[in-house]
Amino acid sequence: MDSNLTSRRIGLLCLLLVSFLTFGFFLLILPYLVSSYILSIVTIILYFAYVGQAWNLAMGFSGQLSLGHALYIGLGAYTAAALYVHFGIPPLIGLFLSMAISAAAAALIVFLAAHHNVHDVYFALLTIAFAEFTRLFFSHFEWVSGTSGLFLPLSSSDSFDLINLRGSTTMFYYIILTLVIIALSIIYFLMTRRAGYYLLAVREDPLVAQSLGISAFRYKMLSMTLSAAMTSVGGVFLAFYYNTLFPENLFGIHRSVEIILAPIIGGIGTFIGPVIGALALGFLGELMTVIAEFISPNTAGIKEIAYAIILFTVIKFLPGGLWPWISRKTNIFTSKCSK
Amino acid sequence: MPDLALTIDIAISGILTGFVYALMALGLSVIFGVIRVVNFAHGEMMVLAMFASVFLFTYTGLDPLFSIPFVTCIFFAAGYALQRYLIDSFMEREEHEQFILLLAVGMLITNGLLIVFGPEARGINTDYSFDSYVIGPVILEKTKLISSGAASLLSLLLFTFFRFTSTGTAIRACADNPLGAAVVGLNVKRLYGLAFGIGTACVGAAGCLMSLLFDVTPNLGPQLTLLSFTIVIIGGMGNMTGALLGGLLIGLSESLAGLFTSPSMKSMFSFALLIFILVFRPKGLLGK
Repeated sequence: MDSNLTSRRIGLLCLLLVSFLTFGFFLLILPYLVSSYILSIVTIILYFAYVGQAWNLAMGFSGQLSLGHALYIGLGAYTAAALYVHFGIPPLIGLFLSMAISAAAAALIVFLAAHHNVHDVYFALLTIAFAEFTRLFFSHFEWVSGTSGLFLPLSSSDSFDLINLRGSTTMFYYIILTLVIIALSIIYFLMTRRAGYYLLAVREDPLVAQSLGISAFRYKMLSMTLSAAMTSVGGVFLAFYYNTLFPENLFGIHRSVEIILAPIIGGIGTFIGPVIGALALGFLGELMTVIAEFISPNTAGIKEIAYAIILFTVIKFLPGGLWPWISRKTNIFTSKCSK
Repeated sequence: MPDLALTIDIAISGILTGFVYALMALGLSVIFGVIRVVNFAHGEMMVLAMFASVFLFTYTGLDPLFSIPFVTCIFFAAGYALQRYLIDSFMEREEHEQFILLLAVGMLITNGLLIVFGPEARGINTDYSFDSYVIGPVILEKTKLISSGAASLLSLLLFTFFRFTSTGTAIRACADNPLGAAVVGLNVKRLYGLAFGIGTACVGAAGCLMSLLFDVTPNLGPQLTLLSFTIVIIGGMGNMTGALLGGLLIGLSESLAGLFTSPSMKSMFSFALLIFILVFRPKGLLGK
């Protein structure tokens, strides 16, 4: 009976490995298989998976509920774009400053929160307040054109200028695919190292973690700054992918909310959850849009309704998210890995 | 530098608007103070009430003041049902799961309104919309006087309810100690439902009054949610007098900031104030 179960598990694992490799190969050659429309949808799905995983690092691994991650998206986007527009510094170099500035902002928030005992709902509100304050600041920041928006010079769509991030959807697809792989590697690295276990300990009970000699402050700081730096790279990606920067669009609260959707739906604190969540969101969002287009030409709000319904269903019936549920159902992993 | 009369004028009008803000924030404060659930859909509910008021005015010509009873009753029932049938099952869940549930409710309201009414701003022009009273150098808009008067009356009613009625006292008992309240035989779940209903009823009334003052768009929700939070936190979470004070303070600071800098920058001061309070006085101005 037991060996039966084990062989079934090995069989499933092999199946998973094979399907994973096929899926990886499929993702690599995807631009040659599908239209640029489909490719742009997949690109956005991957973007959600990437920033979702970045947010997951702060929420899922050290229990810091940030509802203001748009702050790092906006800071990252504006820093790299302003350096590019005003000084001609290529974004591939500028993004390091983006990461540094976002990490510094995150460090300030975590520092203030830790030293003045701001936690739970107050911490979430603090992050929103910072994002909104910065949004209004950038709306009046004339060096980056305020509310009238900053526009990046366009290039021909078939160029492949990686240093300046000027190119086609295909190039951006490969960039975001690489970013997702990097993010997953960071999470995997953390999950298998001591630091990762320390982070989980801090998430589960900061007080007990402290009593075991783990500095809750240091690990919260580590995860939030890393998360902010990763998110800001997502911001740089957004800026150069869409070529336009508006404070309302980048720093707005809807931006923060959309970042947290994928990990919540896929499973907070899991390795693959945010990717699954992003896939589910992207697929159902597009499906709803297609259906809505049949009914009426005005589809504004339809996608968000779909997101809200998925969000609602998951939080009501599968509070851990889709991935823990899938892994429980298929019984591939032991309970240790499914959390 | 604007002259003194104008400054006083703007300050008074800000305080009058503050009464309506306060009524909205009182709703959030009651819900948080009693049920300990943070209503992340508060602003969206406010927008829904504003739309209800605009809709009633446009199609039936009903003055927003007279639509208050209808909207408030419906909002009370909806809030009661929401607490009893949805949020109640989330009482033992983690805090972030409660946020997300209400976030989803808010998204449904915003985008539902967007689909039904479109993104355009809508407002109400009553026959007294442009009337004003001149008292010495100060000019007072009639709509602001009426809405702040109604808002303060309703706030007073709410205070009286919680202070002097047995149901109000019972709800306060639940807020202080749910277990103790259950032990002495109070139906805590029902009282929680009532508290949420009262909270949303405040929003319903405040929304009707607000529709006299500002135009409404579906996307206003998150801003109003944040405004309510700012007010409630400045006054102290769950502290009703604090919410009233916070509302007046934010109304005043918004209007003066709009006068001395630019109208689009006025919220920046509110958020700066919010950060300051969160960091240095997290229990609010009146919190212990």
